[in-house]
Amino acid sequence: MKKSLLSRSKRANAVNSLMTGVFFSVGGFFLLLLIVFAGYILVKGALDFYPELLQFNRHGIGNQLFNTLYLVFLALVISVPIGVAAGIYMAEYAGDSKLTAFLRVSIESLSSLPSIVVGLFGYLVFILMTGAKWNLMAGALAVSILSLPLITTTTEDALRSLPIGYAEGSMALGATHWRTITKVLLPACFPRIITGVILAAGRGFGEAAALLYTAGQSTNINWANWNLASPTCPLNPFRPGETLALHIWGMRTEGSLNPNSSAIANFSAAVLVLLVLGFSLLARVLTRRYQKRTEGR
Amino acid sequence: MVMTDTAAGLRESRKNSIKLLRNERFGRGLVMACGLFIILLTLSVAAFLVVQGTGTFTKYHHSILEFLFSADWAPTDSVTEGSGKVGAAIYIVGSLLTCGLALVFITPFSLGAAIFMTEISPRAGSKLLQPAVEIFVGIPSVVYGWTGLTILVPLIRDVFHAKMGGYSVLAASIVLAVMMFPTITTVAADAIRSVSQEYRDAAYGLGSTRWQVIYRVVVPAAAPGIFTGIILGLARAFGEALAVAMVIGKTRAFPAGLLSPTNNLTAAIAADMGNSANGGEQNLALWTMALLLFLISMLFILLIHIISRKGKQAA
Repeated sequence: MKKSLLSRSKRANAVNSLMTGVFFSVGGFFLLLLIVFAGYILVKGALDFYPELLQFNRHGIGNQLFNTLYLVFLALVISVPIGVAAGIYMAEYAGDSKLTAFLRVSIESLSSLPSIVVGLFGYLVFILMTGAKWNLMAGALAVSILSLPLITTTTEDALRSLPIGYAEGSMALGATHWRTITKVLLPACFPRIITGVILAAGRGFGEAAALLYTAGQSTNINWANWNLASPTCPLNPFRPGETLALHIWGMRTEGSLNPNSSAIANFSAAVLVLLVLGFSLLARVLTRRYQKRTEGR
Repeated sequence: MVMTDTAAGLRESRKNSIKLLRNERFGRGLVMACGLFIILLTLSVAAFLVVQGTGTFTKYHHSILEFLFSADWAPTDSVTEGSGKVGAAIYIVGSLLTCGLALVFITPFSLGAAIFMTEISPRAGSKLLQPAVEIFVGIPSVVYGWTGLTILVPLIRDVFHAKMGGYSVLAASIVLAVMMFPTITTVAADAIRSVSQEYRDAAYGLGSTRWQVIYRVVVPAAAPGIFTGIILGLARAFGEALAVAMVIGKTRAFPAGLLSPTNNLTAAIAADMGNSANGGEQNLALWTMALLLFLISMLFILLIHIISRKGKQAA
């Protein structure tokens, strides 16, 4: 009896050590995979680099990079005010009603919409129904549909996580609810909202499926043309604007047309990954600084 | 003199409070309007999907059974006649198969990674693996697809001598699996972290080894959260379009095996939408596929709600 107990315990310990080893190797495997994966993208992009790639014309990816930044900027201009306002409503005003429950379901449905479905919706509503050609604004609207739920939930969470004393203190001084929100609560959770916005931007940079049939797969910018109504003016939001992510997608199919297509795609992928990494790093730094501040250090 | 001062002050302060009250109403109305806008937006997306997506059945009189179970896909691009075939079974099977395989591939690994960063080595977890997972999330799906196209497809071609040059169900499943990894891992790790420490202490107190604590106590206690993570990962994989489209081979046939190419719902929509006449048979059939994707994502949301309700009841 004693012996069998001992052997059971021995076996349990052996299995435990084995499984610990398994878990360490799984953790190590994914770290390694990421390093190899990210390293491959960046090194490959760097190796395939040639100076023309930086040009802002047909040969380089400068225009695509500009389109990416501009499109995400437009999308945020649309989705941040609406998202933050809706988040305020959810956290501060919405009661426990059927309407609130339905709003919650709506946000959840929006956030789980496949981006190709959003792309189709955008194609029909922003392109076909308006009779316009592919344009940046249609793409920005599609991307804002995707980032809206993210910004709304971040704002709501940020407001809810504030200590109740903030609101109580302000209201005890006689401030109205709205004044409390705009003067006390929003400034207090501003860094967290900004973090959410940066994350939304990072997702926007990589979006492609929603843009296929909205922003279009071509771009033609004349950098000397600053007439906003002209279809080649860089800042005209109603011109076609292929983004970096779409450019990578395009290089896969149009390989035969461009002898450098794989080099272009490799370099674009590296730039895109750097862009996204840079933004997520920024979000991380901001979060950390915010935590330090709230912890009173 | 003093009297008038007070009266003026009172008037002033009343004016002020009226202004504040007006601001309060205005602010409240503004944020509520934005909330209502989100509801309106969701409803209109759903309405457009339903109206366009049911056109296949109402306008062109195909049966739902044909759409779901027939493999005969030959829709006409004409807006008037509906004499083509709209059997989407190949695409549906392609989506189910690639996502299912990806799930089978990645769930054990994701769980392992989640357990590693919570139970085995929280320090290495939060310093190394957690940031790594966050980076995995951030990498755009097109880059996943492009990497799959440049590494995975040639690799499968050379190792397995696949007929279609490596474009295959296997390649698509692996790409999807890597894309599901961060979602499942993050949600599962959160679930495991929120398991009460007392459970572990009690199990250790009874003499359990760490592995016994993990698989007898912690994982069962975190099961609802882990399932939620799996469903969220599945939802991401189901809606993924371009990464899959790059490696699946886009061949309209049922796959003969892991190494043969096929097609799926999202890739078909992405490829054919641009060159179909609006309101035509093919166009509406693609919308029906989009509607199907939407319904599936709603189903996933429903499942998550059921699971979390069950989890709350159990706790």
